Order: sequence, then structure tokens, then C-alpha cells
Amino acid sequence: MTGLHATVNGTAASLGEITPHTTALNWLRAQGLTGAKEGCAEGECGACAILVARPDESGNTVWTSVNSCLVPAAALDGQEVVTSEGLAADDGTLHPVQQEMAVRGGSQCGYCTPGFVCSMAAEFYRPGRCGGGCGADEAPAAGTAEGSADGQPAHADGHEVGPNGFDLHALSGNLCRCTGYRPIRDAAYAVGSPGEDDPLAQRRDQPAPPPAATRIQREESEFVRPADLAETLEVLAEDPDATLVAGATDYGVEINIRGTRPSRVIAIDRLPELRTFEIGEDRVELGAALTLSEIERRLAGRVPLLDALFPQFASRLIRNGATLGGNLGTGSPIGDSPPVLLALESVLVLAGPGGTREVPLADYFTGYRQTVKEPGELIAAIRFPLPLSTTTAFHKIAKRRFDDISSVAVGYALEISDGVVAKARIGLGGVAATPIRALETERALEGQPWTTETVRHAASLLAAEGTPMDDHRASSRYRAAMLGTSLRKLHAESAPSQEVGA
Amino acid sequence: MSHLSQRPASPSVGLEVPHESAVGHVTGEALYTDDLVGRSTGVLHAHPVQAPHAHARVVRLDPGPALQVPGVVRVLTAEDVPGVNDAGVKHDEPLFPTEVMYYGHSVAWVLGETLEAARLGAAAVEVDYEVLPALVSVRDAIEAESFQGAQKTLTRGDVDASLADSTHVFTGEFEFSGQEHFYIETHASLATVDEAGQVFVQSSTQHPSETQEIVAHVLGLHNHEVTVQCLRMGGGFGGKEMQPHGYAAIGAIGARLTGRPVRVRLTRTQDITMSGKRHGFHASWEAGFDDDGRIRALRATITADGGWSLDLSEPVLARALCHIDNAYYIPNVTVLGRIAKSNKTSQTAFRGFGGPQGMLVMEDLLSRVAPALGLTQEEIRERNFYAPGESTPYGQPVRHAERMHKVWAQVMEQSDFAARSAQIAEFNATHEHTKRAIAATPVKFGISFNLKAFNQAGALVLVYKDGSVLVNHGGTEMGQGLHTKMLQVAATALGVPLSKVRLAPTRTDKVPNTSATAASTGADLNGGAVKNACEQIRERLTQVAAGQLGCPLTDVRFVDGRVTALGLDTSLDWDDLVNIAYFQRVQLSASGFYRTEGLHWNADTFQGEPFKYFAYGAAVTEVEVDGFTGAYRSRRVDIVHDVGDSLSPLIDIGQIEGGYVQGAGWLTLEDLRWDTSDGPHRGRLLTQAASTYKLPSFSEMPQEFNVTLFEQAHEDGVVYGGKAVGEPPLMLAFAMRESLRKAAAAFGPDGRMTELGCPSTPESVFWALEAAQLESEPETQHTVRPSATLSSDTPSASPTRPAPQPVLTAE
Repeated sequence: MTGLHATVNGTAASLGEITPHTTALNWLRAQGLTGAKEGCAEGECGACAILVARPDESGNTVWTSVNSCLVPAAALDGQEVVTSEGLAADDGTLHPVQQEMAVRGGSQCGYCTPGFVCSMAAEFYRPGRCGGGCGADEAPAAGTAEGSADGQPAHADGHEVGPNGFDLHALSGNLCRCTGYRPIRDAAYAVGSPGEDDPLAQRRDQPAPPPAATRIQREESEFVRPADLAETLEVLAEDPDATLVAGATDYGVEINIRGTRPSRVIAIDRLPELRTFEIGEDRVELGAALTLSEIERRLAGRVPLLDALFPQFASRLIRNGATLGGNLGTGSPIGDSPPVLLALESVLVLAGPGGTREVPLADYFTGYRQTVKEPGELIAAIRFPLPLSTTTAFHKIAKRRFDDISSVAVGYALEISDGVVAKARIGLGGVAATPIRALETERALEGQPWTTETVRHAASLLAAEGTPMDDHRASSRYRAAMLGTSLRKLHAESAPSQEVGA
Repeated sequence: MSHLSQRPASPSVGLEVPHESAVGHVTGEALYTDDLVGRSTGVLHAHPVQAPHAHARVVRLDPGPALQVPGVVRVLTAEDVPGVNDAGVKHDEPLFPTEVMYYGHSVAWVLGETLEAARLGAAAVEVDYEVLPALVSVRDAIEAESFQGAQKTLTRGDVDASLADSTHVFTGEFEFSGQEHFYIETHASLATVDEAGQVFVQSSTQHPSETQEIVAHVLGLHNHEVTVQCLRMGGGFGGKEMQPHGYAAIGAIGARLTGRPVRVRLTRTQDITMSGKRHGFHASWEAGFDDDGRIRALRATITADGGWSLDLSEPVLARALCHIDNAYYIPNVTVLGRIAKSNKTSQTAFRGFGGPQGMLVMEDLLSRVAPALGLTQEEIRERNFYAPGESTPYGQPVRHAERMHKVWAQVMEQSDFAARSAQIAEFNATHEHTKRAIAATPVKFGISFNLKAFNQAGALVLVYKDGSVLVNHGGTEMGQGLHTKMLQVAATALGVPLSKVRLAPTRTDKVPNTSATAASTGADLNGGAVKNACEQIRERLTQVAAGQLGCPLTDVRFVDGRVTALGLDTSLDWDDLVNIAYFQRVQLSASGFYRTEGLHWNADTFQGEPFKYFAYGAAVTEVEVDGFTGAYRSRRVDIVHDVGDSLSPLIDIGQIEGGYVQGAGWLTLEDLRWDTSDGPHRGRLLTQAASTYKLPSFSEMPQEFNVTLFEQAHEDGVVYGGKAVGEPPLMLAFAMRESLRKAAAAFGPDGRMTELGCPSTPESVFWALEAAQLESEPETQHTVRPSATLSSDTPSASPTRPAPQPVLTAE
């Protein structure tokens, strides 16, 4: 097939007359594939979830769930997509996740169901989910790996895992208004392992489609996916106002909700130069276009502070697209990564026409959605030094535990040796026009014993850092209060012989 | 046992079967209204022109510039309405208003070849407004005495005398939020016209007959010229009972004017800013108790925030008044109910329909006063349960009052309430920063439409020559499993396997004059009608079978697709019998009808027996609260609920769980915020997206969730002995809010009254627990002042008696 095309449910389909602003969801629905639904148009409800074939680090394919309402249809060029319609066998036999959802009452009105099915299928195919390929029957009881002392299902570190290795966070970006979720959880925890002849399981052993150099021009707008960084910088130099798009998790919202129609969109999420991953002797480098899910998978717990962040950062559907470069590039004061990256003393690598330069993240933000990034520059990578501080935490204050925007977020990296705070780095989000470091609090902690008295004093300073505002998420009073209690919570939880639960 | 409720041998009702569309749901092949667009050609897309003011007069409206936008086909305005410019039944909802009544009110609609063209066209329509003062909060409206509709008083006994005699009198005030339906499928309709100009509207509507009537009156047509079909809805919850009509009418006008199909499908932003929600309420009350904690008297004024037009506010208010007692006997009552008129969306039906709001006032009241009476929350509740023989304030005997006691005892036992309370006390004693709590609350909920006429239903059952059966009925499917239950009822009534029966989409040209699928009555009413139709057919087939089998009519039995005669070895296959009947020229279709017997209601005196029966339930919830943040988790929920003899257990348990979680969302998480400032966006809904209006997600699911259907619960006089299940479980979620109150209280000294905002978000819980902490440790190191919303100087009704202070919750 010539021209832009994607493989959908195993069949090549022309992307036809899409515009740069056509979403994957609208294109799929126009193809008659109406299983994916629009519930919110901003990546919050997951009714539009589909599976895309993405590469993993070893050259295989990971079936990755994404919100099709956010992804530009043009980004599907050359890619492979599976929708809820493509999961059942040709003879109509339901896919295992479909079967469990159907018989257990996992659907009521059914509108969110295709999205749930796709999110669930992605987790069904996650390599290593079952360890040695456990079935639901032979597995250990739910949550015993991380269960709390009283035998409740595990919630430690924000994870909840079924006996079949199913991580419930795989469904954190899917909303159901009917069921109350229990039957969906039961369905998720009942699925076994993919069969030997499962075509999607087999597909994992082959490479994912490479990115296609794509360019579409419609009237006054253009979508371009350059082949490499050099070409990207050239395009950007021509048009410094062009919109850089990686995971499209913010861009898609702009398109759908605010009606933004950028004249030029540059897709950078697959640029190899922006997908570096290095753990060196004295620093870690994370490519700006790696998705949060990729970083989570590849770090595998080696940076505990980031590991604390991941489950609280939006949802799995969003983390499968969202990048650190994107979260920093928008310059939002309430992004969840800046408090953590500030605490890690991160440095941004900015690439521009004149080469690259490094900017400490603490100096990067200059005002509300303003940064030192020059026109023509983009974020190439994030670096932070090793060794890591030993006492770290990420405190996110929000109405909802899964997939909410923080009203206040605090990242801690404290080095405590012999009971004294040797070093303190604290990043704050949601309390000022930009993410900030809690410098006064840091000073009040450093060199002091890690005691209730020190913490009480420092907490009173922390409560006064920033200028929290009143809005629909929280009152300014509550935000200030949360700053004040946060350090005491950290202290209470880092002191020995702590209470269980919470 | 009545004929209606009696089950035959081997019934399909009672079987645990999946939703009839489950396979279509999981494969994505089940179609919803907007999925039909791609199957039609030449469809035009509609986009509203929404006013950016909460209250304004339209001074000038010029569609001209929109018509210059490429792809714009037509701009619809009031001049295009051939019939009545009204989208409701009260004639207070102009479809195209000249006076903007709320922020986002649509003043015109643009039709385009693409949605993008219509969107750009809508932005190009020029509208000049004269901005008028706007009442945004319910307090604004009360202060301005801005009310609408009739004010009603529920009264019994002598409240004045009884309050004077009560040994404990408390006063309080309570304001709580409404709730957005957030059905995942937004409002959608697709209108076409046929060769004779007749209109066919596919609509996501809970009330196809009323959608039909409104479309007809807007177009100036008779009802028989308009047909409405609803395939299924992606959720309704009451939000599609009254609200779809205007959108269907817009599509129908466009289709008549252009001759092309017109699609109206709201974006989430449009849906949430334009469509009505659950009413928020304000309540002030005075309550008298005796020394044993029994309530003697209640005087209250409750004000529903109705928004800009009446919509269903009057019946919602009526249900709030009729449920303020919840499960409790209150001998002396005077409750005044009012409907505020404010510049907000027109609030409407939402699962429970005012019942939850009335009950919430009472549940909140009991929890606030219990410490002053030296009682636990559970003690004060149990002491006030109706006893058999007692009647509600509106004069209806509380039939099966003993069930409430049994349900309560069972849920206490199932949840191991006493032992866990002790464990929790131990946990709390050793955990300074984390507290747990367990609480139980009851539900008693009346079933039937308060308006007697609505308690009727029709069905059309067709048996084809091959023995297959097609069922039409007037109810709509929104996920509640009505169609599944109707298949089970039809299969049971005909004595055939479920596989013989298929359900057709709901259409007004199959069953006319239907009631909304609402008030939890869908299965009772339509089930009665389906059963009636099936029985007519079965009676005729009985005659044929008796002739074939050579037995008396009374000996013929229909079971599992076989037709037998008592004591005879010979039998007939259902399919063969049907075929024989055809050749004997026996009618194989029937129209069924049902009306609920025994109802009467005087809407002026607020007395009568408006409900066929009461549904009972009780829930126990355990939560854990973080003292640093107020964040919480639901650790375990136990529910015992009375659905009669369940028609479909998998469906019923799904309704109970889903209702509970939706109720918990209303009470603890979902936070409607409107711009109450005097800025340029006064009246704008601030939480108008899924990113700002948070529904319960997986993180709100109780970690352990045990639902038990109350057994031996046969309900006489209802189809196959089942009970309604749609709404009552929502109110089980009071247990969640009350356990949060207890957990917050556990941070302070015992016996202290604890006030809690609603929705009880982490922030609300934090203020409650911080207030408790401050009383416990006056010299504690808190850096934040106690909540200013907790006033400490409110006079009590009687200075010599203990009285709680009212809490004014933030909107």
C-alpha cells in the first residue's frame, strides 16, 4: 500500500485524507471501528484505549495501551494497531480478557468496556507478568509479595497485584461509571497466560515497526516526523513556533478541548537521539523522549524516588505515551516530575542549532509556563548525579489516589548519616507559578539532627514556602497545611519501628 | 402468593446470567447512538453556540459570519422552530432562549459538513449580550428569595409541642453538593426524515416517549409522525430522563430543514456545562430527642438548588421530603421543601431522585447528635428504626419493617462488626498518625413513581413460526441489565429456554406512551407487561396443546421448551406447537400491559401511599485515614441488601456494588465547583472535565467488597417476586462518609461531636481530623489555624441543652 497507512487488526489501512489534527480515535471510528469511544477527549477515562506495537529495549515488541483520543492519526503511519474488535479470534471465540469480562459482570452499560479490554490485554501480554507463566489457580494469594501485616491486599508503593501477576495499575486510566470495579478486578485477576498459538503473544518476539518519516500538509497545517535530530533542529529553526509533540498527552488535550490548531507539528517521540538511557558511574541520563513506562521498566527500581513517582504519575495509559521531556517542556507548575527531578538535582540537556548545553532544572523555570529554553531548542535528555540520597519520598496531595492532578507535590532527597541531615534537596509543585526548590527548608535541615524538634521547625518553614493558590482542587489553606505536614509525615515514616498500614 | 409473583418450575428468572449484550460490549461491536453516524451518508454535524455569561439578554444574534465558514450549511435559531420553542414539559425551557439563564446556555446551533466546520461556524456566530445579575449559589438564591415551582410541606403530629417536651434539642445547618452524572457516553442523537417527512430520531434517552413528544411539539407534528429509538445507552443514571429531548429536537429540526441526517453529539465539555445534575441542597433543622436517643420531633427546611428551570425539580423535592425519615420513625415532623432558582444548569433526575438528599440530612443529623446523647452512631440508628405497624410521616404503613432489623443484624454479623470495632480501637491506640474506623448505615427506599400515572408499562411480544420469540418493551437499557431481566421474564413466562428469546431495541412505534425508565421501576413495570403479553400467547397455545396432547387445559405445562401434559408421556416441542398453532390460525403475538395496583397520593397534602413497597439494605464500611493529609482508603465494605427474590443475581449484585461506589463518589470525591466570584466568568462550572471532576476510579474500589442478597425475600405482588435495585444501593454509601467521620474523630478525644463537609474529600476530612487533634492536644505543633468554617458561637435552640454547632460546608 502506498501513502500513509497503518496496520489495524492485522489489515493494512490507508490513513487517507487525515489532517494533522485528526486524532487516531476519530480516524478509527471513521473506518467503522467504533469499539473505541470518546468519553472525555483528554486521556482521563480510557474509553478510547487501543493497543499499539512498540519496541522494547531488546528488539522485541511490547503491546502498549494508549489513549487513541490523544494520539494524532498521523503518528500511526507505518505502525500496528489492535482494537477491541481485533482481539477475538476469527471464529468469534472471545479473547481471554474479553471472556472474563463478559462472564463476570465486568460490563454494564458497556461503553467503557472496549477500552478496559484493551488496557487489560496490554497487561495480559506484559512480558514477565506471570514470572514462570503462572495461571490464576496456581499463583500465590493476592498481594502476598507486598501484603501488609494484617493480610490485606497489597497497596505498598501504590501497586496492587493479582495472583496472576496482574498489576491493577494497568487499569488506572480507565473509568467505569457503572460497576464499582470489583468485577473488573476479578476478571483481571482471573486471566491466565497467553496460549502458545496466541498470535499477539507470538508477535511480541518480532521487532516493532520502526518510526516512519512522515509529512502531511493540509491547507495551512503540517505534521512532520523527522528522521533524526539534525532534521528536527532544521525544521525547528525554520519555524521556532512549531509545536513539538512527543507522547501527545498534553497536545491532544489542546487539540480536543481547547481547539488549538498549530500550523506545524513536529513529532519527536521516536528520535533515537532523544531516547538515550545510561546509568554511569556518577550519573544517570534519561532521554527526553523515553516514555515514563519505558523509564520505569528499564530502571527497574534502581532510583527509588522515581519509583515512588511512577505509580502516582497520571495513569498507565498516559505513562505509555508521556515523556519527561514533555512534562518539563510544557513548563507547567503542577507537573509531577519536576518536584522529584529537582530533589534529584537534575540537569537538562538542551539541544539547539548551536549544539547542546546543560541547564540545572532549578534554573530552568522562569515564570508561569516560561522557561530558559530558547526558540529552536528542545530538551534532549535529563541527567542527575549518583550516588543517590538514601532517604527519599514523593508526597502527592490529590483528591484521588489513581490518576489525578496534584494540588501539592513534594519530592524529597535527604542524606541522613549518623542521625544528622547531611544534605537536603526538596522540590515543590503546585505552590507557585513554577516548580520550586524549598531552599529555606533545606537550609534549616542541613547539619541538624533528624529529630522531632528539627522537623517541627523546618516544617513550619516549609509551610510558608511558595504562594499556594485557591482553586477547585484545593484551598490555599489546605495547600499550605499540606506543606507543613509533609515533612512531619516523612519523619514519622522514616523513623525506625514505624507503624504499619497507612 | 400472588399470580404475578409466583414462579413456575424451572424458571429462567433467578439464574445468574451475564448481561445480554456482554459479548457485544467486550468486542466493541455493541452499537451506541453515535456509532451509527459512520453507517449513514451525508450526515451533518451540530455544534452549539454557548453563551459566556450566567445571566444575560441576547441583544443581537448574527449567524451571517458563520455561513461564510467553509463547510457550514445552516445556523439554527428560534426562527427555525415550526412548533413550540420549548425543550421541556413545563414550558419554561426555551430551546433557543432570548434570555441566557446559565453559563454555557446554547443560544443557537450550527450545522456543518464536518464537526470541525460546525465548531468553527459556532465560533463565528456573532452574539451581543446585555449582562444581568446572576445568582450562582443556593445561598444567593435563598437570600434573594429566588424560588420556583410549588413549596411543599410534609407534616405529621405537633412539632412545636414535641420540641418543647424533648429533653434534648439540637439545631443545625447543612449544605451539600450535587453530582454530575458523568455517564461515559455523552448525550447523542441522530435524526433522519423519510419520504413523507416523518421524523426518525435515534437518541440516547431514558424516556423515548417523552423525547418523541418534545420533538413533535417543537416541530409542530403529531406524535405519530415522530419515532424515537434507543439502541442502548452508555450510562444514564437519570441524566437522560429529561435532558435528551432538546438535543433530539435540534437534530430533528435540522433534518427537516436540510433533508439530511443530523447528528447531535455533545463533547464532554458541552455535556457537563449544558446538562443538569443531581441537586445540591441546603438544609436547616431543629430536632428533639428523648433521653434514650429516640427522635421525637423534626422541624426542617430543605432547599433544592434547581438551577435555571424546573425540569424534574418538583418530583425530586417530593422524593427528598418522602425520604427524610430514611429508616427511622419520627412521630412529629414538619419539613418545608423549596426549590431555589439559580443561574446554573437545570438540575434533574439522578439515581435516587432526591431520596439520597433527604436521607443525607437525617444521617448527618444523627451522627452529629449521637455523641451528645452518649450513643454510638449505630446505637442511635438502631434505636430509631421503624417498628412493624408504624407509618411514615406521609401516612404509608412501613410494610416489612422487620426486614430492616433483620438486614441490620445480618450485616453486623457478616461484617464481624463488634470484633473489628475492638481491633480498630486497638489499632488506633497504637497509631498516632493513622486511624481506622468502621460504621454502619441503613437504607429504606420507596419504590414507584410518586406520580401515579407513570406506574404503567406496555410490551409487544412476537412469536414467529419457527418458535423464536422477539420481545419489545417500553424500558430502555442503560447498563442496568433491564433487557437481560426481560429476556428472563419472557423465557420464564413462555416456558422456553433463554436462547429462544431475543430483545429488540426500544422504539416508540412498537410500544407507545411509555414511562421513563427511571425510579428503579424498569423491571417491575416492564416485567409485568412482558409477562402479561407472554401469558396471552401461552393461553392460546395451551388450547392448541391440549387438543394435540388430548388433555384438559389445566394440565398443560410449558417447561424448558417442552410442552407436556400432567400424567401423560406424550409431549410436544415448543417449535412444533408454535407451527401447529400457526396453521390453526392462532394469533402468535400479543401486546401486554401492566399497572401497579394499590397506589394513591395527594400531592397537595403530601399524604397517601405512593410506594408499592420499600427496598431495604444496610452497609458497613471500614476506612483508614492518614492524619497528615486526610487521604483515606476504603478497606472493606459489607452489604446486605433486599432485592426480593432476585430476578438476575449477577445483575443485581452489579447494581448494588456500582450504586455504592457511585454514592461514595457523590459523598466523598466528586466536587462540583462553580465560579462564585464577581469576575467575568461568574457562574462558569470550574470542574467541567474528567481531569477536574474526578469520578471514583480503581483506587476508590473497596479493597474487600462483600455483597449479600437478603434471602427469603419474596415480594408479593411484583413480577416473579423480585424487587427494584437501581437506586436504593446508592444510599448504602452513607456508611463510607460516616466511617470517615468516625476516623476523623478518632484523632481527638472521645465523645466529641464531629462535623464533616460534603463531599468529604481528603481536604474536608483533614479539617475534621485537625479540629479533633487540636482538642486533643491543645499545645500541639500545628502550623495551620483551625477551619474557619467551623463556627463556635452559634446559639443552640435552648441554652440549657447541649447543641451541636452547624457546619457550613464549602460549595
